[in-house]
Amino acid sequence: MAKKNWNPKVVAFVCNWCTYAGADLAGTSRLKYDANIRVLRVPCTGRIDTLFIVKAFEQGADCVLVSGCHPGDCHYDAGNYHARRRWTMFRELMSFLGVDDRRLQFSYVSAAEGVKWAQLVNGLVEEVRDKGPFEEYQRLTR
Amino acid sequence: MEEHTNELHAKARELLESGEVKLFIGWAKSSTPERTRPAFITNPIDVGKLVWNGDCRNNLSIYLVRKEIRALGKTAIMAKGCDVRAIIGLIQESQIKREDVYIFGLGCDGIDETICSNCDVRTPPLYDVLIGEEKEPTVNADAYKDVAEMEKKDFSERWNFWQEEFDRCIKCYACRNACPLCYCNVCIVDKNQPQWISSSQHGQGNLSWNIVRAMHLGGRCVGCGACERACPMNIKIGLINQKLAKVVKDAFDYRAGMDPDAPMLVASYNVDDDEGFIQ
Repeated sequence: MAKKNWNPKVVAFVCNWCTYAGADLAGTSRLKYDANIRVLRVPCTGRIDTLFIVKAFEQGADCVLVSGCHPGDCHYDAGNYHARRRWTMFRELMSFLGVDDRRLQFSYVSAAEGVKWAQLVNGLVEEVRDKGPFEEYQRLTR
Repeated sequence: MEEHTNELHAKARELLESGEVKLFIGWAKSSTPERTRPAFITNPIDVGKLVWNGDCRNNLSIYLVRKEIRALGKTAIMAKGCDVRAIIGLIQESQIKREDVYIFGLGCDGIDETICSNCDVRTPPLYDVLIGEEKEPTVNADAYKDVAEMEKKDFSERWNFWQEEFDRCIKCYACRNACPLCYCNVCIVDKNQPQWISSSQHGQGNLSWNIVRAMHLGGRCVGCGACERACPMNIKIGLINQKLAKVVKDAFDYRAGMDPDAPMLVASYNVDDDEGFIQ
């Protein structure tokens, strides 16, 4: 059972050029979005090793979001394409091992999509609030 | 398969005597009747030790990347279809050169009932000489039925199943050591500054080890079953690799170790790759 006053911990791995800029735009536009998201900036989603995501769950994340440039917009040409292949495999693997697929989500948010970012985060955190903490993972012995 | 022993010996002797190959890697009798052990033969006189039968389980291609083996020169190797796929994988990844290996392809009737029940490489996809006849593949209609069985379960059933399996993991890394495609000089799990994967036998470390190994083999695992045979705790690691093999086949129309000229799956991309799961 979730403790009283439990708040979801959502970790977001975002690319510097698109999603981080988009999130920044949400901020400068003074859009309100849920503060339960922790944003980790990487140069490109192609930089994201699946181990980062595993480590995020190990350290208490209830949900992980990975967000980057739309296809064709990658600052490094094709980083997001390589990442996309990786995600296809990784999410299927995690789902196969019993990790609810709502706890691992992916999105494209461009530097202009401040509104999309805010709406995405709000929706995601709401969903995680309903699902509750990722107790199965957090209960694993370490 | 035994009936081809003479053919095997003759060809091996010929290659070693002519100096075309400097080393022959195959299987020989072991200390107990139901086992074989890897044999490394440099003298043509010793080819009589080689055997080819239903106990030839080890995937010998793991030896091809070893420094001490490569230093000896061109190597001949006995390889079943699955082993040849591993060799092709190593060639794809520039770990060995095609011209440095002489492949004794083996027409195989299967070694292990479960692992070999869905084999479509009973005749190896690549070889320099074929010992035995070409064999028909045996592909069942429900080739991935174990994967399908797992996917009938809901998330918490799957989680409980795998936690029970991984609970037995003792982090011996026999799976890694037996795998021909796990050739990294320093494995991710050996790094301790920072430590990415806990090496102790606890829930977190066991789970992350199995996730990472599966991902590092994604699109590379050839399904030879060496890992599952090596595991002293009988963990169904083969099933995880099978799942990823199915994912890459369905999503990218790719099978590891079939074409030495094909680009590696994770080193390439297609602009039309599936992205339905991305919001």
